Amino acid sequence: MYIYDQYDQKLVDERVAQYRDQTNRYLDGQISEEEFLPLRLQNGLYIQRLAPMLRIAVPYGLMSSSQLRKIAQISRQFDKGYVHFTTRQNIQLNWPQLAEVPDILAELATVQMHAIQTSGNCIRNTTTDQFAGVAADEIEDPRPWCEIIRQWSTIHPEFAFLPRKFKIAVCGSEEDRAAFLLHDIGIQLVKNDSGETGFHIYAGGGLGRTPVIASSIREFLPKQHLLTYLDAILRVYNRYGNRDNKYKARIKILVKAWTPAVFAERVEAEWAEILAGDVNGVAQVTETEIQRVKSFFPVPDYKAVDAAAVDSALQAQAADNVAFSRWLERNVRNQKQPGYASITLSLKPAGVAPGDVTDRQLESIADLADQFSNGEVRSTHNQNVVIADVLKSQLFELWQQAKSGGLATPTIGTINDMICCPGGDYCSLANAKSIPVAEAIQRKFDDLDYVYDLGDLELNISGCMNACGHHHVGHIGILGVDKKGQEWYQIQLGGSANKQAALAKVLGPSLSRDEVVDGIEKLLDVYVENRLEGEAFLNTYQRIGMDKFKERVYAQNA
Amino acid sequence: MRKMLSHGIVTDDNWTLLDQPEGNLPSGNVLVPLSYWLQHRDDLAQKDLAQHNGSIGVWLDSHEEVEALAADLEKLPVIAINFPKFVDGRGFSSARLLRDRYAYQGEVRAIGQFIRDQLFLLQRCGFSQFSFADDLDLEAAAQSLNDFSDGYQTAADQAQPLFKRLRV
Repeated sequence: MYIYDQYDQKLVDERVAQYRDQTNRYLDGQISEEEFLPLRLQNGLYIQRLAPMLRIAVPYGLMSSSQLRKIAQISRQFDKGYVHFTTRQNIQLNWPQLAEVPDILAELATVQMHAIQTSGNCIRNTTTDQFAGVAADEIEDPRPWCEIIRQWSTIHPEFAFLPRKFKIAVCGSEEDRAAFLLHDIGIQLVKNDSGETGFHIYAGGGLGRTPVIASSIREFLPKQHLLTYLDAILRVYNRYGNRDNKYKARIKILVKAWTPAVFAERVEAEWAEILAGDVNGVAQVTETEIQRVKSFFPVPDYKAVDAAAVDSALQAQAADNVAFSRWLERNVRNQKQPGYASITLSLKPAGVAPGDVTDRQLESIADLADQFSNGEVRSTHNQNVVIADVLKSQLFELWQQAKSGGLATPTIGTINDMICCPGGDYCSLANAKSIPVAEAIQRKFDDLDYVYDLGDLELNISGCMNACGHHHVGHIGILGVDKKGQEWYQIQLGGSANKQAALAKVLGPSLSRDEVVDGIEKLLDVYVENRLEGEAFLNTYQRIGMDKFKERVYAQNA
Repeated sequence: MRKMLSHGIVTDDNWTLLDQPEGNLPSGNVLVPLSYWLQHRDDLAQKDLAQHNGSIGVWLDSHEEVEALAADLEKLPVIAINFPKFVDGRGFSSARLLRDRYAYQGEVRAIGQFIRDQLFLLQRCGFSQFSFADDLDLEAAAQSLNDFSDGYQTAADQAQPLFKRLRV
């Protein structure tokens, strides 16, 4: 993974000093509440329903075991001994004290971490595929490009006070695991006819109140121009994005208002001016820098493995142990390198808020990464943790340890692996609670054979229309709404965050909390009754349409 | 006399900001609104400017485009950019365009509701002077100009990204 040099470290240290001074001046009454707000937000600090919440940046989801141990220690020392993995691959502390945040940031800086720009109207953490570097369908490892973007966006002088938040995702593979079309800028790595790497640039995607799938604005951007082109997009947005109404301030509204074609023209015109002003090309990304950053993401030294022998040994272990075989089926993914696998540690056991882990579990994850991989882990936008490059011959041992750490719930990609925002239990924006809904669903569908029979199913829950739980792109989406002080839940069907991205459609009138689980069960019944052999929920829905689902769920009310 | 920060130093701000000038301009250094300048620039340049006892600069609001001044930059010793709210970040781009695109050599002055904690960023975008709306300890505020010793990006103060200068 990327290791800071003296310049990276100095910048992060100076940021801690800057924020410590700002916090002191705020506590002294020298900075008003209004002025302090964006300063603390851009250092990750929200004031939530119950307490402040600190969001720690995990650049493109990559973390080392020593960073995990540091976060575990911070959660013990400054918080209640647990943390939350977010849908943007970041980590949140739920109960830090405002006055102690500078100390927490100083602790983070000792392991090359920070909370810079994890909230506020600025460029946020760049995200990517959790299987970057090991995915068989990869055109190129996206992480070096994410790091180059991370540095460019960090304390960017021109774009710290944008109309609204701004999210960038990079996709390096055929299949999309980064939901990149649902970002303000989506960047897809591509090769041109000469085999040169470049970028297909999309803009104007996003979830929130007005979900939009991003539009293509440039099919091939040569790699050396990445940063100047991003500057051009951001400048157009910074100058012309709506600043009067926060609900119309995301770049997607501007792209839509101008049309993608006009938006693309404006960006091209701005970019042409930037290039014309940079006569010697000094602002371009150099091959030296690209190679320098790439050198931090080397291809591991894979051992030659007798893959057939390993596989038959695994099969024997699986035959002896049903629980292990379930975990193999759902939580283990083959890599392109024979004899190696990527495993997903589930942060979704029933009875725990999805994405929550204790300090001890963080340390267990760190131990697993050290013992079975290269000491690195990847957080996922589905709120789990991936360890790549595990020798298949060691999977059984890894599973046993993961199981004792409560990290081996074998439900990845199933209905019980839901994405879920913190909701009304924590978040001051929420209209309804989301964690109890997730728990009720997990408790209802606790028969693993039934869950496996349902197969791949993405269920996403948001406690309000800001859509942190990505409900628009769930095969089943649940949106918490407030009706006269009561919590209600709107059900949506047919969303998808992959390359054929689709936004879910509303099933019908909202359900009460008590009715949600029953309603979901009816949806699943309709699926099971109507599916063709091997057909997933989403495909059945696409084939048979909304009506049958709707009729069943609302039949009793007729 | 009002004070401001100019190139990091506390100095007298002997400019008068005119919201809606009518009739003859008052004597002394004045900043006129963009719309006034565009309407009167030929007069101002030829007649009034010659007779005016002081200098004339222009101020732009956050939504106004610096492109409108492209032909006049050499006549203007100061261009001020207003921040109606400190979270309105359009002025950051305005300053960069003045410096990077038009190679403007005069003073680019921040006016209005910007805050001390933005000084480092504003300076990187090309602002050279800071005239705060509210009274504050300018000596203390000037420390925020040095919040960071460097930055990754190209900006008005630095044509080359950090990797090109330091990582070669």
